[in-house]
Amino acid sequence: MTKYIIRRLLAAIPVLFGLSIILFAFIHLLPGDPAVALLGQHATPELTAEIRAQLGLDQPLWQQYLAYLGQLLHGDLGKSIITNRPIIDEFLLRFPGTVELTVGALIFAVGLGIPLGRYAARHVQGFGDGMVTVISLLGISIPIFVLGLTLQYIFAVQLKWLPASGRLDPRIAIEYHTNFVLIDTLLDGNIPAFFNGLSHLILPAIALGSIPLAIITRITRASVLDVTNEDYVRTARAKGLSERRVGGRHIMRNAWLPVVTVIGLQVGGLLAGAVITETIFSWNGVGRWTVQAIQDHDYFVVQSIILIFALIFLVVNLVVDIGYAFINPRIRYA
Amino acid sequence: MQPFGEFEPAPPAPLTEHVVEVAAIPVRQEEAGADYEVTLQSLNQWQLAWRKFKKHRLALIGLGILSFLLATAVIGPFLLPYDFGTIPVPDQIVYQGRPPGIGHLFGETGGLQRDVLTLVVNGARLSLIIGFSSMLIGVFIGTIVGAIAGFLGGWLDNVLMRVVDVMLSLPLLFVILVASRFFGNGSALLLILIFGFFSWMGVARLVRSLFLSLREQEFVEAARAVGASNMRTIFRHILPNAVSPIVIVASLIVAGNIISEAFVSFLGFGVDASTPTWGNILSNALTFIPLGNWWWPFFAGFAIILTVLSVNFIGDGLRDALDPRSRA
Repeated sequence: MTKYIIRRLLAAIPVLFGLSIILFAFIHLLPGDPAVALLGQHATPELTAEIRAQLGLDQPLWQQYLAYLGQLLHGDLGKSIITNRPIIDEFLLRFPGTVELTVGALIFAVGLGIPLGRYAARHVQGFGDGMVTVISLLGISIPIFVLGLTLQYIFAVQLKWLPASGRLDPRIAIEYHTNFVLIDTLLDGNIPAFFNGLSHLILPAIALGSIPLAIITRITRASVLDVTNEDYVRTARAKGLSERRVGGRHIMRNAWLPVVTVIGLQVGGLLAGAVITETIFSWNGVGRWTVQAIQDHDYFVVQSIILIFALIFLVVNLVVDIGYAFINPRIRYA
Repeated sequence: MQPFGEFEPAPPAPLTEHVVEVAAIPVRQEEAGADYEVTLQSLNQWQLAWRKFKKHRLALIGLGILSFLLATAVIGPFLLPYDFGTIPVPDQIVYQGRPPGIGHLFGETGGLQRDVLTLVVNGARLSLIIGFSSMLIGVFIGTIVGAIAGFLGGWLDNVLMRVVDVMLSLPLLFVILVASRFFGNGSALLLILIFGFFSWMGVARLVRSLFLSLREQEFVEAARAVGASNMRTIFRHILPNAVSPIVIVASLIVAGNIISEAFVSFLGFGVDASTPTWGNILSNALTFIPLGNWWWPFFAGFAIILTVLSVNFIGDGLRDALDPRSRA
């Protein structure tokens, strides 16, 4: 097991290396000049040259790349052109918002998707199964922003049941420790603010979670159906175990594997979907920041966000692969 | 604990099948004495596939809807009473649009008072063109890369597949956003190229795996023995056998890219905002939603859902029809 983890980590190195090259090339291929983006159109040539020297843009490309790589290895992502603050600080300020949203969406998707999938599998070919199939097909086909706008229009604009945007009512002041609204309010014992934050989370989490919900439902259904016809399930039933016990210990235990894989695969999509969800619901997170940075031509911020998200994606994949071994002891990694 | 308390018998579904078969036998016996001719018609792979596809009801519905949308996109703008290009600027700018009614079936927008139906029909053109042509580019690149990697193998395979790994680990929508913002300048052609360039990796992986297994088969050996060149073996002998899985993946790419176009336009990085695409319509309508002008974004959103849903249905049908293991 340890051997396997080490090998996987080693295999990630060339990918990371390639990633840094591609990102570096990509940012340098982009038309425009970071120095101009920083100073605006009307800067004097002298000033532009000075800033270029400061940013190291006047050196040959390979030296710039080595400098970039050296920075990365020290965990230094550089500074934002716009705010001139370290990117890592800005990122840590906004990342909790995105995590809160993503986790909310995942809880919604898993919490609803697995029971729905199991229900559909138990009543296969029946009316309920058909409904679940149609819902999950719709879920895959509705783009996040269409669903998000619809939810916002119905539940926030028309019915006024839930807030339309933001992470917290602007009239509520809370103290930030971790930048997670839900955690910070709980730490301070501020229950009304906690529920206010929770009510802000509901609509965006549903919008973002709809696609994973559809996929998880389909996979759970298929995977439970696969296992249901196994001999050991019949044996379990024959020896008189309760349906509950058969479902939990014999079916689900074996049906988990594909479900977990798919949940892991959703993380990449969730992070991309967060961009649009955060924009619609004015949610202060990395996604909105990304859109802003792209609009502002903030090269280094864009570069760093893409790098960090790619890293998260790789780590999640690794964790999922390792997680298999715990869920299914039959898998042995050499 | 009751030993047999909650035991549920298996559903009796398989029984009915047997009943049907038994009932069918006497009919055959009666016919056995009659004179009848048997004509054998051999069906090629695509005719067989079409036969199975026709039995997939949802896929047929999807095909119908998609054909309708395509037809609308091609001839629709000529049939509508309003021309998108020459709408005069109204005398007064209104802040409220008008809800659907006679004359404007989908309603009118706020602001410039445009006919929403005209916008959505004109939008269909670009949205569908972008979805389909970027898919063609993606499939083209992916097939070539996958074929080279799978057929030739060796270090080239290694390098190409590592490139695929790296590109798949990138958050592609971010990259597409950046590329459209910096290169795009609101041109549809560039958007097509960008989407095409970022949708080949899945195809490449698939084609490579197909080639890996196909190249070991006897007909490839035979082709080589006759002296076919690498190019000829790849394109005349192996590729035709790999077409069906590629077609299925291609349908998924179309759906994905139509959504991506809407996504990118929605954020304001896509085709020039005055050109109607479904994403642009949604994006322009954003500020009017709180005013209650639901009809403005609704029909564009509905068109996107309808397209993607029907493409997904078709993909499902294709999977059933083209998979030789499934017999219909």
